[in-house]
Amino acid sequence: MSAEWTGIWPWVSTLGLAVVTVVTRAFFMIPEREVPMPEWFKRGLKYAPLAALAAVIAPEILMSQGALITSLADARLPAALCASIYFVWKRGILGTIVVGMAVYLPLHIGWGW
Amino acid sequence: MQTHAIWQRATGIAREPAFSIGVRAVMATMLGIGAWGLVTGVAMVKAGMSVPLAIFMSLTVYAGSAQLAVLPLMMVGAPLWVVWFTATCVNLRFVILSSMWRHYFGHLRLAHRVSLGYFSGDIIFVAFAQRYPTPEKKPEQLSFFWGAAVGNWVSWQVASIAGILLADVIPLDWGLGFAGVLALLGVLYSMLKDKATWLAAVVASGAAVAAFALPLKMNILVAIAAAVTAGLLMETAERRAARLQPQPAIRPPDPSKGEKFPVMPLPERAQDKESQ
Repeated sequence: MSAEWTGIWPWVSTLGLAVVTVVTRAFFMIPEREVPMPEWFKRGLKYAPLAALAAVIAPEILMSQGALITSLADARLPAALCASIYFVWKRGILGTIVVGMAVYLPLHIGWGW
Repeated sequence: MQTHAIWQRATGIAREPAFSIGVRAVMATMLGIGAWGLVTGVAMVKAGMSVPLAIFMSLTVYAGSAQLAVLPLMMVGAPLWVVWFTATCVNLRFVILSSMWRHYFGHLRLAHRVSLGYFSGDIIFVAFAQRYPTPEKKPEQLSFFWGAAVGNWVSWQVASIAGILLADVIPLDWGLGFAGVLALLGVLYSMLKDKATWLAAVVASGAAVAAFALPLKMNILVAIAAAVTAGLLMETAERRAARLQPQPAIRPPDPSKGEKFPVMPLPERAQDKESQ
């Protein structure tokens, strides 16, 4: 174990991270009275969660080591494609994961894509 | 006495039928969340954390994306404020979600509101939004929330702690974490309902990739801002298009009908009346 992980500081740091989780997740629920917000802002909020998801997913599928992938021989692309087709067909999340991994794992582990 | 009252309230919530509906609602994503939790657990130990510290982090921080983001910083002994600031940036999307939770649960006591916030992740938000697509408030929503939250918490913690304990056995290069990405992909697809939401998702994906080089995962915030703007513009454009009737085209005169001047056709209903 390296020196950075010994002593009290990693624990303090972790405890602080827990506080960050509580404060960010509960942020607008903490004040007793509702914080006034303009109408357009409230309407726009509806797009925020799906944007956050898309922003997390897109780089995970389309990038490696901080750059757009250049090769089509990447297991993530056929896996994501098959998973998407499954979703359009059956609209089930569990099946989407299973189909995607069934394409991904053999290509990734077996062929090294 | 206080604990007794809380216990009674909790069992009351858990006994409602909406609670088990909530648990079942997150079942679908459990596999993906489990795989993601496992990978997070392995990553923590591989980064050099001791097993007790990793378990402590899993149980208290309970935010996979933030944990993964701060690991490299903690590994090199970055200052506390850098670690905490990074986690805050990664978690900023929860700040936005919390204003939606307030709409449903703003009437509860502070302690209850804060605990709700702590257990509300992306997955729970999506499950909730799918079951309650309209902003109408219902009493069963509290039980549904807790059902989904407990289901998600248990599957995450079991997988994450398993990953911590089995870190030496599970190779990270298998790419099990991709199951988490697929779970989120499924969740995202189920949120796309119309043109505006599709556009927002495409814009967010593009912006997140384009701004990937920004530090502290700020590309996620750039993507949110771009997608919200795109969604609002699309809404405005659609509303304006619905209000504007298509202009009738002026056509040249047809001599066979005895017309001498260019004709502007009247709206259809008026023509019907004329022909009658």
